[in-house]
Amino acid sequence: MKILVAVKRVVDYAVKVRVRPDRTGVETANVKMSMNPFCEIAVEEALRLREAGAAAEVVAATVGPAQSVDTLRTALAMGADRAVHVLHDPDPARPLLPLAVAKILRAVTLQEKPGLVILGKQAIDDDCNQTGQMLAGLLQWPQGTFASKVILDKEKQKATVEREVDGGIETICLDLPAVITTDLRLNQPRYATLPNIMKAKSKVIKKVTPEELIVDIRSDMEVIEVNEPPKRKAGVVLSSVDELLNKLKNEARVL
Amino acid sequence: ASTLVVAEHEGGLVKPSSLSALAAAEAIGKYNKVSVLLGGSGPALHKAADHAASSHPLVSEVLVADSEALAHPLAEPWAELLRSVQLKGGYSHVITSSTSFGKNLLPRAAALLDVSPVTDVTAITEPRVFVRPIYAGNALCTVKYTGEDPCMMSIRSTSFSPTTDAMSESKVAPITQVDLSFLSEGTIGKSTWVNLTSQDTERPDLANARVVVTGGRGLKSAENFKLLEQLAEKLGAAVGATRAAVDAGYVPNDLQVGQTGKIVAPELYMAFGVSGAIQHLAGMRDSKVIVAVNKDADAPIFQVADYGLVADLFEVLDELLKKIPEKK
Repeated sequence: MKILVAVKRVVDYAVKVRVRPDRTGVETANVKMSMNPFCEIAVEEALRLREAGAAAEVVAATVGPAQSVDTLRTALAMGADRAVHVLHDPDPARPLLPLAVAKILRAVTLQEKPGLVILGKQAIDDDCNQTGQMLAGLLQWPQGTFASKVILDKEKQKATVEREVDGGIETICLDLPAVITTDLRLNQPRYATLPNIMKAKSKVIKKVTPEELIVDIRSDMEVIEVNEPPKRKAGVVLSSVDELLNKLKNEARVL
Repeated sequence: ASTLVVAEHEGGLVKPSSLSALAAAEAIGKYNKVSVLLGGSGPALHKAADHAASSHPLVSEVLVADSEALAHPLAEPWAELLRSVQLKGGYSHVITSSTSFGKNLLPRAAALLDVSPVTDVTAITEPRVFVRPIYAGNALCTVKYTGEDPCMMSIRSTSFSPTTDAMSESKVAPITQVDLSFLSEGTIGKSTWVNLTSQDTERPDLANARVVVTGGRGLKSAENFKLLEQLAEKLGAAVGATRAAVDAGYVPNDLQVGQTGKIVAPELYMAFGVSGAIQHLAGMRDSKVIVAVNKDADAPIFQVADYGLVADLFEVLDELLKKIPEKK
């Protein structure tokens, strides 16, 4: 069985983002970019499944501009076998929406025919949390979102998925092929070692365009403006618990 | 406008997060005609339908989908249900709350309807113009939906207060059963629900609590979290945690507050031993009053706290437990 993993290049999670003065978006020029942390977890899970003998090949895919190849190289250095790069130059006013990405990934899925697709549950830039669910819907495959544990049964062609939901941990069982999206506690992604980074340079990255995949990437969303959130007023540092209780009772009136 | 609100219910009542979705429907338009969709099976569903019928003055119809296939929150049958109801009703808007149920269902249903939903709406400025946080709430993005009907969205329940308007006795919306003939083999049956392990707790729900006390890595152990629970007991509060505390195994995942956990906006948020990573602040920055207790005076949490105590959190907890009277 083959596993397809979708990865996204985003502003590094440790960067404090700044809204651009013209309010068209956040500053991404000269900012450190990395693989979306949830996508790293997705790559790691696919590799572990391959290492456990549940899968034979791991293919990484991304949709993005030329620089997104770095993110694919990271996936290959972690251990993915090969990669697909769907080239798309973004327009800040009309960003590529999760629905378009899901349609592109459907086309890639139909070409690659994996038994499982793993994605991060959300990207930490637009925080949409949509693509995996949409891909599952478009393929008419079952979905296991926000996974914190995945067990594959190769013989029965089923995946048992533990999901992080509002009330605790939910367990569901999916017929393969299926789509899984990762939550934080699924695994700890590995670091790419130097030899593996070198090895990744010779791995194959196939380049295609949405047009070649015959996917309509229209955008039905217009970004009107991006603003800083309202700043909280600076608070005060108190000296004692008594003072705190007094303030909460008599000033804030919340006790 | 005509809006479909996909509601969740528990114990025969519409959940507070879904009442917030009704408030969002009102924010779309004062004359909005609202249909509420409820699904599941058994008597609790029909009790919840009665509740929904008188839950908001704008509700004109309650749609009940009674089927074993919908008894559990599986996305596959639910997305088919939502598509079927939308195709029949032709609503201009579809709203769910950003719960794990809504987040799982809405994008799948939207893909089936070939429209792009808007995630985590925090404000509705025009019927098709919305504000939503991006980058863990470090920026607010105003977007205009320019696509076909329906305009689908998930809303942050903390941003929309349920109506407190008294409903007149006479104005109870009619309840209709949904035609479930679309439920057949195919996508349904490819997934099965196994179980849900939850921590039964008497305390209020984290997402809707008036007071939240949260612990971070500074709590040091699961044992020490019991101290926070005692404080929560006294304050009638819910207990929350940072990702670090959850990852260290002090508490279960459903207590996590932050970008990828729960979003809370209580009247009082008390953070003990929380450093204040941006991913955590994303989950609580809209709280009315924030209290931070941390030994480290440079912890970023103090930049958003209204009241800070630079002190040993265990000493502070001890003193608070002694000085706060028992909740009646």
